[in-house]
Amino acid sequence: MHRLTNIFAGRVGAGAIARTVMIPLLAVFTAIVVGSVFMLLNDYDPLAAYGGLLDGALGSKRAIARTILNSVPFVFGGLSVAFAFKGGLFNIGGEGQLFMGAVAAAWVGVAGAGLPSWLHIFISLLAGFVAGAIWGGIPGTLKAFTGAHEVITTIMFNFIGIVFAGWLVSKGGQGQKPGPLVDPDPLNIVPRTADIAESARLPLLEWGREPMHLGIVLAIVAAIVIWWLVWKTPFGFGLRMVGLNPSAARYAGVNVAGNTILTMAIAGGLAGLAGTVETLGRNYYFAPNFNVGYGFDSIAIALLGRNHPVGVVLSALLFGVMDAGSTRMQLRAHVPSEIIKVVQALILAFVAANEIIRYIYRIRREREEAAVPLSAGWGKR
Amino acid sequence: MNAQTGELALQAKGITKRFPGVLANDNVDLTLRRGEILALLGENGAGKSTLMNVVYGLYRPDEGEVFVKGRRVRLENPRDAIALGIGMVHQHFQLVPVMTVAENVILGAEVTRAGGILDQRAAAKSVGELSRQYGLEVDPTATVGELPVGTQQRVEIIKALYRHADVLILDEPTAVLTPQEAQELFRIMRDLAEQGVSIIFITHKLKEVLAVADRIMVMRAGQMVGETTPEQSTEQSLASMMVGREVLLRVEKQPASPGEPVLQVEQLVAFDERHHRVVDGVSFEVRAGEVLGIAGVQGNGQTELVEVLTGLRPAAGGGFQIDGKAFRKPTPRQVTGAGAAHIPENRQRYGMVLPYTVAENMVLNRYYRAPFTRTLVLDHRAIKSHAAALVQEFDVRTPSLDTPGGNLSGGNQQKMVVAREIGRPVRLLIAAQPTRGLDVGSIEFIHRRIVEQRDAGVAVLLVSAELDEIRLLADRIAVMYKGRILATVSAQAATREQLGLLMAGIKDKSESAGESDDADRALAAL
Repeated sequence: MHRLTNIFAGRVGAGAIARTVMIPLLAVFTAIVVGSVFMLLNDYDPLAAYGGLLDGALGSKRAIARTILNSVPFVFGGLSVAFAFKGGLFNIGGEGQLFMGAVAAAWVGVAGAGLPSWLHIFISLLAGFVAGAIWGGIPGTLKAFTGAHEVITTIMFNFIGIVFAGWLVSKGGQGQKPGPLVDPDPLNIVPRTADIAESARLPLLEWGREPMHLGIVLAIVAAIVIWWLVWKTPFGFGLRMVGLNPSAARYAGVNVAGNTILTMAIAGGLAGLAGTVETLGRNYYFAPNFNVGYGFDSIAIALLGRNHPVGVVLSALLFGVMDAGSTRMQLRAHVPSEIIKVVQALILAFVAANEIIRYIYRIRREREEAAVPLSAGWGKR
Repeated sequence: MNAQTGELALQAKGITKRFPGVLANDNVDLTLRRGEILALLGENGAGKSTLMNVVYGLYRPDEGEVFVKGRRVRLENPRDAIALGIGMVHQHFQLVPVMTVAENVILGAEVTRAGGILDQRAAAKSVGELSRQYGLEVDPTATVGELPVGTQQRVEIIKALYRHADVLILDEPTAVLTPQEAQELFRIMRDLAEQGVSIIFITHKLKEVLAVADRIMVMRAGQMVGETTPEQSTEQSLASMMVGREVLLRVEKQPASPGEPVLQVEQLVAFDERHHRVVDGVSFEVRAGEVLGIAGVQGNGQTELVEVLTGLRPAAGGGFQIDGKAFRKPTPRQVTGAGAAHIPENRQRYGMVLPYTVAENMVLNRYYRAPFTRTLVLDHRAIKSHAAALVQEFDVRTPSLDTPGGNLSGGNQQKMVVAREIGRPVRLLIAAQPTRGLDVGSIEFIHRRIVEQRDAGVAVLLVSAELDEIRLLADRIAVMYKGRILATVSAQAATREQLGLLMAGIKDKSESAGESDDADRALAAL
C-alpha cells in the first residue's frame, strides 16, 4: 500500500505498480479458472458463459451504462471499507450505514420539494452522508471509549439500521401505526417512501440515449478526495499512523480516540452515500428491499483494491461487470447467475488468503512487505 | 573450568549462510566441549542467531557441516535437533501462560497411560525430579502465567532437559531478568555444566561473559573473529574484538554546571493498569545542564513515571512543572510544546511506525506543524529535506529516505529516534533505556549525544536499568524502589555498593543484616 503512495509522489517506477497489482490480478484470474472448472464439472460451457458475461456487461452502450451504474454504489462502499482499514478499523457495517443513508436521502428528497434543484440535491446528499456517518460514528465512539470491537458493533448496527429503516416505511395496520416516512398514498400497497421530488433527482448525463446519472462523477470525486485526505493531509498522516501503530500515534500526540470516531464516521458517511446515490439516481424512492448486499460486497472490493482509491474504483468496475453481465450469461450459456457469486467469493478468498496465490505462482514475499493486519485487536487504543 | 574432557559435544565446520543481499555466516567454525559454558559474543547482526538457527535446524546452511558428539548430522528441522539432544531457550519464551509448569514441560512430549490418557501425575513427578536434580526450583503445579520471568525461564530450561537435551542454547537469557534473577541463572548454568550439560550462551553483555563463561568466541559481520577466555580478556578487549576497533567505554565528560531548574516533580502519584500505586509520591528536580539518572531494577515504577511526564498516563496525584509551567494531566503535544523531548524505552512500539519511511518517522510528532504542513497539506519536500539533514548529522545508515524505518538495524532505528527528538531545540530530554539492545558502537554514539545535550544546557532525565550507563552519564543519581525515590546521591560520591544496596531497597546499612543474601546477589550482579 505504501508503495502506491510513492507512485503518486512520482517516486517509484512501473515495477512497483506491477508488484502491487499482481496479487489482485492473479486472484481474479485464478478465480475465473476455478469457476470454469466448476462449470465444466456441471456440464456448462465456460467460454460461452464468460462470453455472455462480457457481452452483457460491455457489449453495447446500454450494457456499459448499466455496468457503470452498478459500479457506483460499489465505489462508495469500497471506499468506506478501505478508508476505515487505513485507520486500522474493520467496517463491516456498510450495509446498515447504506440503509440509513438511503432512507435519509429519500426523506429529504420528499420533504424538500420546492427547493431549487442544486440545493435540494446537495442537502439530500448531505443527509445521506450524515445519516451514514452517525451510523458509523456510534460504533467508532463505542470503540474509542469502551474498547468494544468495531467488527461486533458494526454487525449489530447492520441489523438495527436495516430494521429501523424498514420500520420508517412500514405500512402499519392491525392496530399498528404506519411508519413516519411511508408513502401516504393509499393506492400504494408496497412499504416504501413516496417518490422523491424531481428537484432532488441526480441529473442525467448525455450518453447516447442511455440513462446515466451524475453518480459516477460523484464517485470519482469521492475517490480523489479520499486519496487526498489519506496521503496528502496531516489528518491522513495521523490516521495511517493510528492504523499502523496506535501506541506510536499516542506517543506522537495524535488523539487516538478522536481519530477512531472520525474515521468510522467518515467511513459510515461514504457507505451512506452508496445508498444515497441509489435513491437519488436510480430508484427515486426508498424501499427496504432495494439493496442486494452492496455493504458486504464492499469488503471484497476494498480488499481486492488493496485499500487504495484507484484499486477500489477498478474493483468496483469489475464487480459492476459481473453483476451486469450475469443475466446475459444465464440466457446465453444457461449457467445459473449464482455461479458469478461463486467466482466473486473465490476472488475474495484468494485475495484474503493471498498465501494461496503466492504459493501457486511462486511469488516470494519481499522483505519489506510487512503483513498488514486486517484488524487491530480488542480493547481501547 | 568445568570442561572435564576434551570431548566435543557439538561442532560446526565452515558454515556459510546467505540471505538475499547479506552474507549472514561466512565460513564459520564453532566448537563446544562437553560440560562447558561457551559465550558467543557479538553485536546485533553479527550472525550469532543465524549460526544458532543452523545448529538448531531452523535454517539449512548453504555450505558447511554440523557434528553432534563427533557424528555428522543433517538437521532438517528443530525436531531433528531435539532428538539429538540440542535444546534452545529463546529470548521470547514459548510457554502457554494458562497452563501449569508440568503441562508446559510435557507439551508435545506427553506421557500417556493405556488408551492415550494423559498421565498428569507421572508428568508432575518427572518434572519435580528434574528440577531437584539440577537445582531448578519450581513448583510443577503452578500456573506459568503467574510466575515471575526468571522462573518462567527455568521452566524453559526444564522443558529442554525433559527432552534429554545435553546441549543447551540460551539466546540472550539475561535480557529479561533482574540482576538477582540473572545471578540465579548463572548459578544454574554452572550446576548444569558440572553435570555434563554443554551450554552456548549468546549475549552482548561483557560483564556477564567474564562472570560465567569458560570460553568466549566472538563474531563480527558474519565471521568468527576470535576465541579467548575470561582470564585473558577485559571488557575493553572484548568490546574492541566485537566492534573491530578501539571503543571508548567511557564518555569524555566535564563536571556539570547546573543552571535553573527545568523539570520539577512534586509528590507525583500514578497507578498502573491493574490499579497498583506504582509511582508513590515522587519528588525531584532536574536543572538545566545536568543529567539526573534514575536507577533501579526494572518494574519499580520508572516506566510509569516517564509515561506521566510525557503525557501518556494521567497523574493520580501531585504534578510537575516544565520551565515553571504546571502540568497534571497533559497531552503528549502539550509536553512537547513545552520543550520536552522523549526517547521512549520501547522504540518499535512507541518511538516509530515501522512501515513509515525514514523521512516520515523523522516528523512523527511534528508533521502537523509548519514547515511540514502548509495550509492543510503535507509538504513532502520539506519533510524530506528535514530528514536529509538529520540523517547526515546523526549518521543514520539508511539506503534512502524512502526506506521503511522497520528495515533499518536496531542501532540505526534508535539513532533515527534520537535524531528526531534532539535534532530540534529542546529544554528537557527524557531518555528511557536509550541504548537497550544496541551494539557497542551505537551506544557510544548515543551516550556522546546525550552529554552534548547536557553541555548545551538541556536538562536531561535518564532512566536506565543498566547501572553502568547511569554511572557513566549522570551527574546525580536517584534510586527508585517500589514507586519511591529512596535516595538521591551525587554520581561522583556514590559507590557501586551503595547504589546496589539502594536498588535492593536497603537504605541504611544496619537494616541489611537480615537481607544480606538478597543484597549480596544484587551486588554481585552489578
